[in-house]
Amino acid sequence: MSQTASVRPGAPEISRLRLPLHWLGVAPFFIFALLFLILPTIGLIAGAFKNAAGDYTLDNIIALSQPKLAAAYWVSIQISFVSAVLGALIGLAMAVAVIRGGLPPWLRSATLTFSGVASNFAGVPLAFSFIATLGRLGVATILLRDIFGINIYSLGFSIFSFWGLILTYLYFQIPLMIVIITPAVDGLKKEWGEAAATLGATNWQYWRMVVIPVLWPSFLGTTVLLFANAFGAVATAYALTGPSLNIVPIQLFAQIRGDVLYNPNLGYALAFGMIVITGLANLFYILFQRRAERWLK
Amino acid sequence: MKQGNRFWAWLVFGVGTTYFILPLLATFEFSLRKRRGEYSFDAYRSVFEDPNFQATFTYSVVVAIFTILLGVLLVVPTAYWIRLRLPHLRPIVEFITLLPLVIPAIVIVFGYIRMFGSNSTLPFLATARGADALLVIGYAVLALPYMYRAVDTGLRTIDVRTLTEAAQILGAGWTTIIVRIILPNVLIAVLSGAFLSFAIVIGEFTMASLLNRPAFGPYLQNIGANTAYEPSALALISFAITWGCMSLIQILSRFAPRSANRPN
Repeated sequence: MSQTASVRPGAPEISRLRLPLHWLGVAPFFIFALLFLILPTIGLIAGAFKNAAGDYTLDNIIALSQPKLAAAYWVSIQISFVSAVLGALIGLAMAVAVIRGGLPPWLRSATLTFSGVASNFAGVPLAFSFIATLGRLGVATILLRDIFGINIYSLGFSIFSFWGLILTYLYFQIPLMIVIITPAVDGLKKEWGEAAATLGATNWQYWRMVVIPVLWPSFLGTTVLLFANAFGAVATAYALTGPSLNIVPIQLFAQIRGDVLYNPNLGYALAFGMIVITGLANLFYILFQRRAERWLK
Repeated sequence: MKQGNRFWAWLVFGVGTTYFILPLLATFEFSLRKRRGEYSFDAYRSVFEDPNFQATFTYSVVVAIFTILLGVLLVVPTAYWIRLRLPHLRPIVEFITLLPLVIPAIVIVFGYIRMFGSNSTLPFLATARGADALLVIGYAVLALPYMYRAVDTGLRTIDVRTLTEAAQILGAGWTTIIVRIILPNVLIAVLSGAFLSFAIVIGEFTMASLLNRPAFGPYLQNIGANTAYEPSALALISFAITWGCMSLIQILSRFAPRSANRPN
């Protein structure tokens, strides 16, 4: 930082112009963020607390408790929660298997590359893939029926149902977990395992008393991030089930498209609820991440 | 004990890999079934021959290019300036660039529809060109977290201060410094941010659909609702595009400077 001083003596005029110049450099960014990120969001939040005439009210927030919307929130939370927890557990297991399991090293880089791709492969095409696989005429459905005699659709499974949606969401949740948790698993120092072994710990004790406590904050943090990720996903669910599925992003989508609730301010309340939930999830992520960083030096 | 570990590792890896490979194989098999009784590439042919495919895909590519340009124009000078002169603003800028991960895209676009409607002060949505511009802006916002991170990481590997001072001594102005000194040095980081933006924009559905733009994402959704085998072909094409972008990022990151100067 001592180099800063070397600029000053040669350039007295610049130093007089410094104050406005300083801010001009970042002004476009802040104006952009204000205009296209912060103000539109604040506008929605404010709208959630106003009625059609523009008076302040809590009616919209209270109206969120009407059965259809409350159910939408509840189903959304369940889907996001289950897909986040399963995604986090399976993703962690795969990350540990690839990094610590004694598998050939090239599998590690192949898995990480694939995870980078698959975690970005959400949306409409993903829904198509799962319909081709597990839809009524899907390849896996037909193979199971013809070879093993199991008709999953007569057993009550459907790709358009709760579990079908979870199975589809896992296709981007697991890779996202692998991408985010890999540095934490890498941070488990070899010496800790050796120290535990020297002290006579069994493999299970090493896991229970060293690995799990160290990974726990990263695990929780990433899980809430996956939760937020699933909660905001519209395209996959919409392409899979159309506008009929009662989850919050799809309700909001339908509301924006056609004012199906006959009250635009209720739409703002719906959006406000989404921001609150994803915002809380991210707040927890930051808190957990701060704890996790203690070990990752 | 080690042997047992390896067995579990292979088992977990095997089950996981099956889950990830099976849908790809199934999608491929399904996409070949269009002609009754034999495999053919008919679904792909009908996709590529569809004028709507060509039109929407071209539209999305153009939007992606503008998104990347806007992202670079916005992020490179800001990240540079933060590093050089305003390091105390770094936490605020970082927080703002992470917001699009917190606020769902559907909420952001809802905010746009409300704020930039035909009779507002900034009536983006009054004309088709304005709506196109708003879509580019929305995508630049969605790509902001990735773009900023990539560029900031790139800047970390060069000595911004010394380069700037050297350029100033030689009489360069700010534009010259950014365009001819900083940008070439972080070009590889910028390109990886660009490919990630491209992958995000090309199949995006929510924003394009709610702003009524003729983009590739809404076209995909529409095809999925109306045909049987074409969606699988399109899913594989999309996957290949995402894969291509990610591979390019991987390849580029090998050419990135290895924090030659100070890791700062």
